[in-house]
Amino acid sequence: MIKVNFLFFIFLSSFIFIIGLTGIILNKRNILLTLLSIELILLAININFIFYSIYIDDFFGQLFALYILTVAAAESAIGLTILVIYYRVQNTLDIRVINLLQA
Amino acid sequence: MVFIIVLAPLLSSIISGFFGFKLGHKGVAILNCSLISVCFLTSFYFFLDNLFNGSVVSFSLFPWILSGEMELHWGFLFDSLTVVILIVVTSISLLVHFYSISYIAEDPHLSRFISYLSLFTFFIVILVTSDNFVQIFVGWEGVGLCSYLLINFWFTRIQANKAAIKAMLVNRVGDFGLALGILLLYFKFGSFDYSVVFSLVPFFSIQKIYFFFEMDYLSLVSLLLFIGAIGKSAQIGLHTWLPDAMEGPTPVSALIHAATMVTAGVFLISRCSPVFEFAPRILWIITIVGACTAFFAASTGLLQNDLKKVIAYSTCSQLGYIIFSCGISSYDVGIFHLANHAFFKALLFLTAGCIIHSMNDEQDFRKIGGLSTILPFSYFIVFSGSLALIGFPFLSGFYSKDVILEVAFAQFSNEGHFAFWLGSMGAFLTAFYSIRLLFFVFLAPTNGFKRFYEMAHESSFVITFPLIVLFFGSLFFGFLIKDSIIGLGSNFFQNALFVHPFHFRQIEAEFLPLSIKLIPLVFSMLGMCSSFVFYFFNQSFLFNIKTSFFGRSLFVFWNRKWFFDKFFNENIVQVFLDRSYHFTYVKIDKGFFEMFGPYGLTFCCYTFINKLQRIQTGQLYHYTFIIIIGFLFSIFITFFSFDFRLFFIILLFFFI
Repeated sequence: MIKVNFLFFIFLSSFIFIIGLTGIILNKRNILLTLLSIELILLAININFIFYSIYIDDFFGQLFALYILTVAAAESAIGLTILVIYYRVQNTLDIRVINLLQA
Repeated sequence: MVFIIVLAPLLSSIISGFFGFKLGHKGVAILNCSLISVCFLTSFYFFLDNLFNGSVVSFSLFPWILSGEMELHWGFLFDSLTVVILIVVTSISLLVHFYSISYIAEDPHLSRFISYLSLFTFFIVILVTSDNFVQIFVGWEGVGLCSYLLINFWFTRIQANKAAIKAMLVNRVGDFGLALGILLLYFKFGSFDYSVVFSLVPFFSIQKIYFFFEMDYLSLVSLLLFIGAIGKSAQIGLHTWLPDAMEGPTPVSALIHAATMVTAGVFLISRCSPVFEFAPRILWIITIVGACTAFFAASTGLLQNDLKKVIAYSTCSQLGYIIFSCGISSYDVGIFHLANHAFFKALLFLTAGCIIHSMNDEQDFRKIGGLSTILPFSYFIVFSGSLALIGFPFLSGFYSKDVILEVAFAQFSNEGHFAFWLGSMGAFLTAFYSIRLLFFVFLAPTNGFKRFYEMAHESSFVITFPLIVLFFGSLFFGFLIKDSIIGLGSNFFQNALFVHPFHFRQIEAEFLPLSIKLIPLVFSMLGMCSSFVFYFFNQSFLFNIKTSFFGRSLFVFWNRKWFFDKFFNENIVQVFLDRSYHFTYVKIDKGFFEMFGPYGLTFCCYTFINKLQRIQTGQLYHYTFIIIIGFLFSIFITFFSFDFRLFFIILLFFFI
C-alpha cells in the first residue's frame, strides 16, 4: 500500500473544485471562462477519484476517472459547439447579455 | 261564529288579492263589502252578547309551538275589552271598505287596495282577539306590514315610498321593545298565555332582575311593553311616522289613524293592565309621555297648512289623552275615548278625502277656501265632527275627554295635575285648530283656481253613506255606551281590565268641585270662540303676531313640528348612516375583515410570488449560486439534525 499525504490531496481536490465553483459564480464576462471552470471542476473530481482509488486500493476509481475524462472531452466539445453557434446567432459571448432564462 | 270574524277578512283579502283580476272591480267590491259586513255583524253580535249577558268566549285551537316546557296554542279570547275594540275596528273597516270602493274606483289597482285593507283588518282582528303574547305579536307585526303596503299603495311616488319605509322603521323601534318585553315576561313566568301571566303578576311584584343594573322586574317589563306602545300609538319621540303616513290614500289614513293601527298600542297597555298596575313608576312615565304628546301634537296641529296633517296631529294629540288616561289607571276611560275618537276621526278623515277629491287633489287648505256653499254636506259633516273632537257638550267627545281630564285631576298627584293642565291647554289648542281648519276650508274667501271650483261637487252616495253613518256614530255613540263602559260601578269590563285599588280614583273624579270640572270645557269653548273671532274679524292681529320677532320664531317652531324631524334626521339618522358607512362598512367590513381575510391573503400571496419571481434574474451565475446554496442546504439538512424553526426564520429573512 502506497503512503499518500491524505490531507494534502483532499485539500488539493477541494481547492480546485471551489476555484471552479467560484469561477462559475464570480465570472461575469465571458462564457468561455465558465466552460473552463467546469473543466476545472471535472479535473478536481478526477483527482479526487484517483486519490481515493489509490487510498483505499480500489480499481474502480481509476475506471471512473477514465470515463469522466471521456465525458469531459465530449462535454467540452458539445459546449464549444453550442458557444460557436450561439456566437454566430448573437454575435457576443458576454455573460451579462445572456439572460434569456429570465422569467 | 268566532271563525267568521277572523277568517272573513282573510278570505276577502286572499280572494281579491289573487283572483281580483278575474272578478273585476264590481265583483271585488261586492264580495269584500259582504264579507266584511258579515264580520262586522258577527262582532256586533259578540258585543251585544257581552254587553247584556256578560259572556266571555275563550278557547284554544291547534297547537303552534310545542317545545319542552313551552306550549303555545293558537287561541282566541273574546272578553269585553276585545269586543269593544273589535266593534270599533270592524265597523270603521267596513265603512272604509265601502268608501274606498268609490274613492279608489278610478285607480286600476282597486283589487290590490281592497286586498290590503282586508288584510289589515285581519291582522288587527288577530291582534285584539289573541289570548297569548306571541299571537298579539303576529297581529302587531302584520299591522305594521299592512301599513307599509297601504301607505306605499301608489308605489311610483317617491314620497309615498319614503313615508312607508319611515312608518315601518319607526314602528320597528317600538316592536323591538315589545319583543324584548314579551321575552322578558316568558323568562320568569314561563308562559305566553294571558291567563297564566296575569294571574301570577302579584307574585312577581317584588322580583328584581339584572338588566345592566338591578331593576324591578315588572317595571322593566312594563317599560319595554310601553316602548312598543309608543311606537304603534305614535307617542312623543316615535310619533314622526304618523304625519308622514298621510302620503297614502285618504281611506288608509282613516283606517290607520282613526281605528286600527294607533289603537294597537292602547290596546296593549289596557290588555296588560295587571302588569302595569304593579309598576307605578312606569305608570308615572306613561302619564307624563301621554300628556306631553297631547300638548305637543295639539300645538303642532295649530299651525300646519296641510288638511290631512292637521287631522293627523289631532290624532296624535288625542292618543296622548288616551295614553295618559291609561297612565292614571283609568283604562276604561281610555278605551271609551278610543272608541269615540275612532268615529269622529274616521269621519274627519273621510270627509277630508271628499274635499280633497272635489278640489282636484289639493291638500293645502290655504289654496281651497269658500267651500261652504259649494259643498254644504261636507261642511255640515266636518263641522259636527270637529265639534265632537273639540268636546262640545253632549257630543261623544265630551263624554270621554272631559272624564279623562277629571280623572287626571282627581289623582291629586303631581303627574295627574301636570296631565290635567297640559290636557286642558291641549283642549284649547284642539278647539283652535279645528275652527281654523273649518275657516280655511269652508269660510275663507275662495283661494283656488276657478276651474277647480267649477268642477267641485259633492261625492256620490257610496262615499257619503259611510259619512252619514259615522256622523250618527260620532254624535250618539258616546252617550249610548257611556254608562256601560265608564258608568260608575259598571261591571262591563269584568276581569279584562285590572285596576289596583290604590289607583282607583273615579269616585273622586265624580265629586270634583264644579270649577275644576268646568275648566276643560271652558278652555275648549274659549279656543273655539277665540279662533272664530281672530280668523273672522281680526286677521290683521294674527298677521301682526306672526310677523313679529317672537311670533315668527314661535310660528316656525310649531310649523316645523317642534323640529323633531330635523333633530332626528340630523342627530340620529344621519349620524347612524355616517357611522354605518365610515365605521361599520369602511373600517370593519372593508377594512379589518378584508385585510385579514381574502384581500390580505391574496395580497400576501401576490407579493410573495413577486419576490419569488424576482430571484430568477436570467443571469447564469445567479442560478449557479442558487444551485450551490440549495446543494449545501440539502447537505446541511441531511448531515445535521435540523430544527425547522430555524428554517422558517431563514425563510422569513429571505422574503422580507
